[in-house]
Amino acid sequence: MNRFWGFVVKEFLHIFRDYRTLLILFGMPAVQLILFGYVVTNEIKDARIAILDQSKDETTRKITEKITSSGYFRLDRNLHTYSEIEEAFKEGDIKLVIVFESNFTRKLERERQAHVQLIGDASDPNTANILVNYATGILNNYLRTRNAEAIPLQILPETRMMYNKELKGVFMFVPGLMAMLLMLISALMTSISITKEKELGTMELLLASPLRPMQIVVGKVFPYVFLAFINACIIILLGNIVFGVPVRGSVTLLLFENFLFISMALSLGVLISCLTNSQQLAMMISLVALMLPTILLSGFIFPVENMPKVLQWLCHIMPPMYFITIIKSIMLKGNGLFYIWKETLILVGFTLFFILLSVKKFKIRLA
Amino acid sequence: MAISVDVRNLSKNYGEVEALKDLTFSVSKGELFGFIGPDGAGKTTLFRILTTLLLADSGTASVEDLDVVKAYKQIRRIIGYMPGRFSLYQDLSVEENLRFFATIFGTTIEENYDLVKEIYSQIEPFKTRKAGKLSGGMKQKLALSCALIHKPVVLFLDEPTTGVDAVSRQEFWEMLQRLKSQGITIIVSTPYMDEATLCDRVALIQNGRIMQISRPAEVVSTFPLGLFSVSSADVYRLLHDLQKLPKEHSVFAFGQVVHLSYREDELTRDDVIDFLKEKGHEEVTVEEIKPNIEDCFMELMQKE
Repeated sequence: MNRFWGFVVKEFLHIFRDYRTLLILFGMPAVQLILFGYVVTNEIKDARIAILDQSKDETTRKITEKITSSGYFRLDRNLHTYSEIEEAFKEGDIKLVIVFESNFTRKLERERQAHVQLIGDASDPNTANILVNYATGILNNYLRTRNAEAIPLQILPETRMMYNKELKGVFMFVPGLMAMLLMLISALMTSISITKEKELGTMELLLASPLRPMQIVVGKVFPYVFLAFINACIIILLGNIVFGVPVRGSVTLLLFENFLFISMALSLGVLISCLTNSQQLAMMISLVALMLPTILLSGFIFPVENMPKVLQWLCHIMPPMYFITIIKSIMLKGNGLFYIWKETLILVGFTLFFILLSVKKFKIRLA
Repeated sequence: MAISVDVRNLSKNYGEVEALKDLTFSVSKGELFGFIGPDGAGKTTLFRILTTLLLADSGTASVEDLDVVKAYKQIRRIIGYMPGRFSLYQDLSVEENLRFFATIFGTTIEENYDLVKEIYSQIEPFKTRKAGKLSGGMKQKLALSCALIHKPVVLFLDEPTTGVDAVSRQEFWEMLQRLKSQGITIIVSTPYMDEATLCDRVALIQNGRIMQISRPAEVVSTFPLGLFSVSSADVYRLLHDLQKLPKEHSVFAFGQVVHLSYREDELTRDDVIDFLKEKGHEEVTVEEIKPNIEDCFMELMQKE
């Protein structure tokens, strides 16, 4: 067995011995994906509402019916007086109260206008906003069908949401999650495993042996390429099977881009371990300096375009942003390399830069 | 005799602290050479420079005619190194550790089994046990096996017996003698003075300076003073009182007795007995003894 493979075998032994870490590494993608897919969502389903209907005539009944059958709302209770409204909000999970004024149908027919009051629970402003918009939409829709001939001019917007018809949040989370987990495994695990050798003093023995620095570094990184790659596949598969996130583009290209990003994160991990001497410091740097930007400054959760200019510049020097753009492009739009060569090239650049810097900073001696 | 390790005017500073000051010495091929000195004397720094792990500030050093700076790659192929701290993989088994170190030196356990047989056979019954779960003596045997498995020309052992029980220490030195007989140059450091007599030559090192290099017997025979071993019922007070003796002398506690070195023309046994009786000590004994290495070391330290 040659030196390098002997070293790789030893690394695999370390990894398999530490089965708890291994369990976390492979359990994490599943748990995270399910958490992000089901829990962290801004889709609205079955929001509880209350209705204060002071007319109880044909029109209000029809509107109520339309609202409750839309799938977005579920009628929790009927109210009878204004004073009950606040109580309903305080007491329960009521998100929206719809109030019809009295003599609704008559007013609508004679005065050509009638009033509906929508009262949202703005302690959660986003949800309140969305609910009010949905309800308004349903009201307008009803009005249009009722007066189909009476109104001479109409503009009817027909929206179509490309690439993610149902506006599923999980379509956004899968690429982001991939960036996050690959970064975590690759950068964090390698930087810890190298600094661990320094802390335990075994690096001293490795350096005093004929192993070349390149063999040590590549040998350390090698097993994690596998682990990270397997994880990437788990995320793609789970996303597809459980949440129906498609892979519309080339799978080969997708895997290649994953491989590229993993290499980038690994070289970053090596760089971190070249600059630090303790596992704790390596972990802090990897978590704070890598994880937070990956989550916040990559378009994973918050769109880059909405950020202040300074933060946007910051985003542009963070590799995850390019990776997420690439992954979305391949998975959701089905684009080929032609559309993402720029981002790919940037990732290649990052990788080379980190490798070069690590080689420069790697110490062939203890100090 | 051919030179194995040659050091000329070696100095090394850590910021303000001078770790090594102008060291010059050489070790012959096949010699068992010991560095004796207290913690912080600079032994580990010296070992790291010789094993190409640190750079000296000035001076030169060579191992088997290879310069430690320029030819570090070649040196790393031919040396065996056992650092002061137990530095093996605790989560790997005994056998896996040994196999790993054999592999990275481009050899196999089977190929050089003869070399480590005597040491390794003692821990072989536990070869599936994790290295982290071994006792101190077994860890040290494993570490030595790992340092030896590639048949090194020069072996560097930095405080190999620190924290090891007396029986294991003795066994360990017997192993070193056997390795020496196979022609391996061994450079070993230790804070234990009694181990010095087991070396061919010893260097007494203190504060980064070599105070004396000689054969253990010579170290003892060149002791310039007389030496008494003094005891009484109250050892603590004894040390205290002896320091007040009017003549030039030095004392230090040596287990349950006090060693008192003196100029032979200035002090006699009776002087000491009388002095102690005057101070009210009981069960006083004063014996003329031959100095051991530690006495010599203490004396050299006093001179500094």
